[in-house]
Amino acid sequence: MNAVTIRKSDKTIPIGSETQKKLGMPVDKGRLGTPISEAAPTPKEPKSTRWKNRLEAFFNWTIPPLLGLGLFILIWSAIAETSQERLPGPMKTWASAMELFSDPFYDNGPNDQGIGWNILRSLERVGIGFGFAAIVGIPVGFMIGRFSFLNRMTAPIIGLLRPVSPLAWLPIGLLVFNAAHPAAIWVIFISSIWPMIINTAVGVSRVPQDYMNVARVLNLSEWKIFSKILFPAVLPYMMTGVRLSIGVAWLVIVAAEMLTGGVGLGFWVWDEWNNLNVEHIIIAIFVVGLVGLLLEQVLLLLAKRFNYE
Amino acid sequence: MSRYLQIEHVDMVFNTKKGRFVALKNINLSVKHGEFIAIIGHSGCGKSTVLNLVAGLLEPTSGALILAGREISGPGPDRAVVFQNHALLPWLSCFENVYLAVERVFGRTEPRTRLKERTHAALELVGLSHAEHKHPHEISGGMKQRVGIARALAMEPKVLLLDEPFGALDALTRANLQDELMRILQETGSTALMVTHDVDEAVLLADRIVMMTNGPSATVGEILNVDLPRPRDRLKLANDPHYHHLRAELLKFLHERHKRKAA
Repeated sequence: MNAVTIRKSDKTIPIGSETQKKLGMPVDKGRLGTPISEAAPTPKEPKSTRWKNRLEAFFNWTIPPLLGLGLFILIWSAIAETSQERLPGPMKTWASAMELFSDPFYDNGPNDQGIGWNILRSLERVGIGFGFAAIVGIPVGFMIGRFSFLNRMTAPIIGLLRPVSPLAWLPIGLLVFNAAHPAAIWVIFISSIWPMIINTAVGVSRVPQDYMNVARVLNLSEWKIFSKILFPAVLPYMMTGVRLSIGVAWLVIVAAEMLTGGVGLGFWVWDEWNNLNVEHIIIAIFVVGLVGLLLEQVLLLLAKRFNYE
Repeated sequence: MSRYLQIEHVDMVFNTKKGRFVALKNINLSVKHGEFIAIIGHSGCGKSTVLNLVAGLLEPTSGALILAGREISGPGPDRAVVFQNHALLPWLSCFENVYLAVERVFGRTEPRTRLKERTHAALELVGLSHAEHKHPHEISGGMKQRVGIARALAMEPKVLLLDEPFGALDALTRANLQDELMRILQETGSTALMVTHDVDEAVLLADRIVMMTNGPSATVGEILNVDLPRPRDRLKLANDPHYHHLRAELLKFLHERHKRKAA
């Protein structure tokens, strides 16, 4: 019985040293149970241990991701090996990518353009569609958040339309605009508007009552309330909405372009499928992923800039 | 002016999901110009509701509130509030937080340089000139509350309303700010209404202490005159028998006659 009981006063519980090791901190044998802040490296330590700690932290940050990527490539190679040349392996894809990116901006007519053009055209569609969605969605979100009547009025419409698959909107776009390019933008618009409306509205309804009381006690004008209190308070929520919207837009663009054609990553994927150029399809997948990751990171940085707490 | 602020037969009823809740019943109080009133009572007795009524953030169900001969309807900058958790806007610096209020009150009649002077002066009054350009998250809780007080005083309100302004602070900081507040109010001669649940704070600061009975249907139980001479010194008061007598009166009211049923 006694051997199993864990005494709270026991300072040599091994978990403490494990956590300290994981956090890249020196493990002092004499003070295993001390709080982490006390065990943090201080300038008094010898230089060698400090370097050791830094190295350890560096490896902790770099080794696991590299290991993950290595494992991914290994599995990919193995599958490629067993697929009898149908799926290209990493080396073949890399060689093809080198060739592709050596001349990203060539232009041999509408159906054969460099990868750079394809990326830029896709980004342009996403930019326009998302831009319109922001222009409409953010003010609508503010109004829905500020007036509960509007909120109750629009709730059923938003609830009904939001879960609709983005591509279901494509025929409507083709019908209304009579052209593929604006139809793709329309799909981006309609599928990326919801996160912005909803997050902005939630942000407005969560503005602390204290801030609104300040506005009321000071009898501020509607414009001052908006510019000095509502807008800055809602900004973090709005940025979350923008981030989600861009994510959705980028997710949808490939599918939309596959159906509408023209120049763009989605169309390119479909074109290369028709050419049975599987390397290029795999490259396209990586490009879509990388661009999406970059967009997300840029917006995260922006969001950090606007966080006041 | 012997009756600068009057609260007359005020009832406050809230319509909740469970039905009507009578928070305040027949509140009567008149406050002289320059007087410091403390409202004390157990939590939930509606003392903050009284303050919000004077602030105009709530409207009484019946009865009337009159300030300087005018009935209070809706909030306004002539009744500045120092909020319990400072309510500073985190995206504005200390200076900008105060300036927002100054601009609202004096912006139409005074040039910008004068508005800035007023803001500087208010922050100097609370001893925060050095932190003017810091943002609220960069300063301590006590400093934030000083900014809150500066913002309220800069508006030159008819009545200063303080809603448990020092409740969230540690004991030492609280004592410091209480002394500062006493000094500032001595200088400005403002009329003030403060909600508190701290017996020592009430006796130290107030000219009169309004003791509220427990809710629902809370009302004014007794009013205690604090006839201690000013300026008051907390160290000297510690050995003053009259101070202890007043303190005991308050405690008797709160703990014997109006004990909370389910505390």
